[in-house]
Amino acid sequence: MTDVTTFPEWRGRPVDEVLARCAELLEDDRYPTVARWREAGGKVAGHFQVYFPEEIAHAAGMLPFKLRGAPVEPTHADSRFGSYLCSIVKTSLELALSRRVELDLFVTHPICDAARNLGAVWGRNFPYPCEILYLPQNANSAHAAAYLRGEYDRLRRTVERVAGRPVAEEDLRRSIAVFNRNRALIRELYALKREAPHLIGAAEAYALVAVGTLIPREEHNALLAAVLPLLRERPAKKLDKVRVVFEGGFCEQPPLDLLRAVGRSCDVVDDDLLIGLRWILDDVSADGDALGALAHAYLERSTYSPVQHDLRKPKEEMLLERVRAAGAQAAIVSAAKMCEPGLEEQVAYARALEAAGVPYFVSEFEENMTSFEQLEVQLETFVENLLFE
Amino acid sequence: MTQAGAKDIVGRGNDAGARLFREWFGDLAAAADAGRPAAYVFVMGSLGELMRTFDLPVVFPEINSLQTAVRRVAHEYLNEAEDYGYSPDICGYVKADVATQLRGGALPMGRIPKPAVAVYTNACNTYIKWAEIWERMYRIPVFTLDVPGTRAAGGQTWPGDPDFENDRRYVEAQIRELIPILERVSGVAFDVDRLREAMAFANELGRGWKRVLALNASRPSVFNALTDGTIYLGVANGFRGAAEGAAYFTDLVEEMAYKSEHGIGTLTDERYRLLFVGVPCYPIFRRFSELFTELGGTFVGSTYLHFASGGANLGFEYDLARPIHSLAEGVLIGVRDAMDNMFHQTDVLLRMLDDLGADGVVYHPIKSCRTVSTGLADSRRALLAARDVPSLFIESDMMDRRVVSEAQLKNRVDAFFEGLASRRAQAASRRQA
Repeated sequence: MTDVTTFPEWRGRPVDEVLARCAELLEDDRYPTVARWREAGGKVAGHFQVYFPEEIAHAAGMLPFKLRGAPVEPTHADSRFGSYLCSIVKTSLELALSRRVELDLFVTHPICDAARNLGAVWGRNFPYPCEILYLPQNANSAHAAAYLRGEYDRLRRTVERVAGRPVAEEDLRRSIAVFNRNRALIRELYALKREAPHLIGAAEAYALVAVGTLIPREEHNALLAAVLPLLRERPAKKLDKVRVVFEGGFCEQPPLDLLRAVGRSCDVVDDDLLIGLRWILDDVSADGDALGALAHAYLERSTYSPVQHDLRKPKEEMLLERVRAAGAQAAIVSAAKMCEPGLEEQVAYARALEAAGVPYFVSEFEENMTSFEQLEVQLETFVENLLFE
Repeated sequence: MTQAGAKDIVGRGNDAGARLFREWFGDLAAAADAGRPAAYVFVMGSLGELMRTFDLPVVFPEINSLQTAVRRVAHEYLNEAEDYGYSPDICGYVKADVATQLRGGALPMGRIPKPAVAVYTNACNTYIKWAEIWERMYRIPVFTLDVPGTRAAGGQTWPGDPDFENDRRYVEAQIRELIPILERVSGVAFDVDRLREAMAFANELGRGWKRVLALNASRPSVFNALTDGTIYLGVANGFRGAAEGAAYFTDLVEEMAYKSEHGIGTLTDERYRLLFVGVPCYPIFRRFSELFTELGGTFVGSTYLHFASGGANLGFEYDLARPIHSLAEGVLIGVRDAMDNMFHQTDVLLRMLDDLGADGVVYHPIKSCRTVSTGLADSRRALLAARDVPSLFIESDMMDRRVVSEAQLKNRVDAFFEGLASRRAQAASRRQA
């Protein structure tokens, strides 16, 4: 663990400026916070979407860095892949090949066929450990939690080797407490989005959450704790917008400008953007066996996404519940281009929303897209139909 | 063996394979007509040996889908699924199956029964999404048999290692959880002795499959891994755990050994021995192979025959004294190997190059399948860094003829063979010098 502050730029500034600094950091493809961490002697555990038990890397004093793609050209990475592939896999590798970020460990997950391949590709291109964390894909097996506890222990040993220090039970408990605090603050932000969406735009809220993937979680906690009260006092007028849920951002992320375009006609009252940060729904127990508690929380106290099959969480019903709980009037059902799980789920989502009488807008996006006019016009038409129905 | 004996034995595997397939589809059609439900399973980890103990007709949707491409009607099925809402950018097998279900199971080979249960591993993530479609369509139990794969290249663990045992216990627990589901669906009580019998047949099949693959080291090669091999592969999957499957592979070993002993090769005038990496181009299945055989190239090995047999190529033999424990171990090792053949091929290919005496490697990534295709370009870079070997990288599809350009493929293949010839000529002149 270093004691460097990686993101001091927001401190002491008014709320609008804090949010602007977060957006700037998010779009800075030099990844200055990661560079500062490394310059201070820290090590970095890069992990691919969607969920990763960051507590384990954090407990070893490493910076968990979420690889969530980037709006960059995959100049180097293109030669490593076939033609028919989502962008996030290519641009995540590009960040490392182009040395925009330097890692000491890379971990991916069996969320999809492209992501599993990414572990092997990464391993052939870098000398540091690159592996797959096999999160259980049979969430309904009575043995899944025991298996996952064993898998987390294997990860702990890898992390210890990379970090060059042991990870004690106490270290894990301290880290769990930090991340519990983080999840609670993000829940508070999402409550604000639902209750008073006019106080924070979709892109602003996203940036505020997403910077947490770039900085130590203690810094993110301080940022959120400082900003949340300021947001509640923010002078902002309620506008005549449609309350929507945005679904489809569980892995590849839409560009900020797309969220801004959506926000011009809609209040995004809930979403699945960076859902891994909110995968666990409440506090992980900091008593007893820490790895066991993390495994239990992953399986038993978690939300849903197209890349986890759990008989207890039929995804279309979970989406309908999200729409209801957020008091949304409609849903934007999006998917990243070439994202097989997302595109497949889109069909089920659309049919379920149709059957439930919830208006929905189907779209595709790519993290590198730069033109939003057509999407915005279509969305405005959709919204007008709802407002003047 | 006499001339008459040779006539009886050579080509027997292809004929018997075709017959078994006809009979299998006949049985499935009869089950569909009788309204008997079936178990839907997949090639990578079918658990055929377990399914058979419950008398469930077994349907392999991947095999059905590829058959629509081979019979040149895949586009009709793909269009129907796309009209239903599925994207052009997802797996073609899934879409062909969606259309099959919408048509009440109608396929060019006959009608298949509806699923009563779906059992699948995570060897391909799309299996999971695919089963969710049946779950929604039919409200049937779907069961993910989660088989943890290799965490990092070369990092496989083995029995006795605590990490391996953590995985094995998980797989075993899931198999034990699956058994009561199969009992409920089939109405047949689990009988461990029937399982032992099926596992013994699977052992025989696995031994045969491994031996057949090894016999292709013969010069000339005794079968074409792309065409003949796909027939053998179909039997290895469809008849896993069955007496017919075991007998088929015993006969096939005899045939291949006979051909090897008597210097009988494939129909190709074998000038170049090639390895195939990826999934075949089913929309022009025969023609794709001819692009190579017409120029003296034959495929002596293929990663497809490894991963699409669920790792049966390893010839893992179950310990019948502790069937469930051993089934879990075998499934774990086999399915993991199948995944390694898709994600970590470099060492596999280096071994095949040496063992089979291959002259070049043909990579065939396809639009439809991220599992197989995502890392092939990088894998090729790694192979070329490790070994100076000619290689060809051609993209098309396993289902969708819209992305198969025969003329473009032919240009690339022709150029590849020119390179092979020139390389051989240069090597000869170096030797003379």
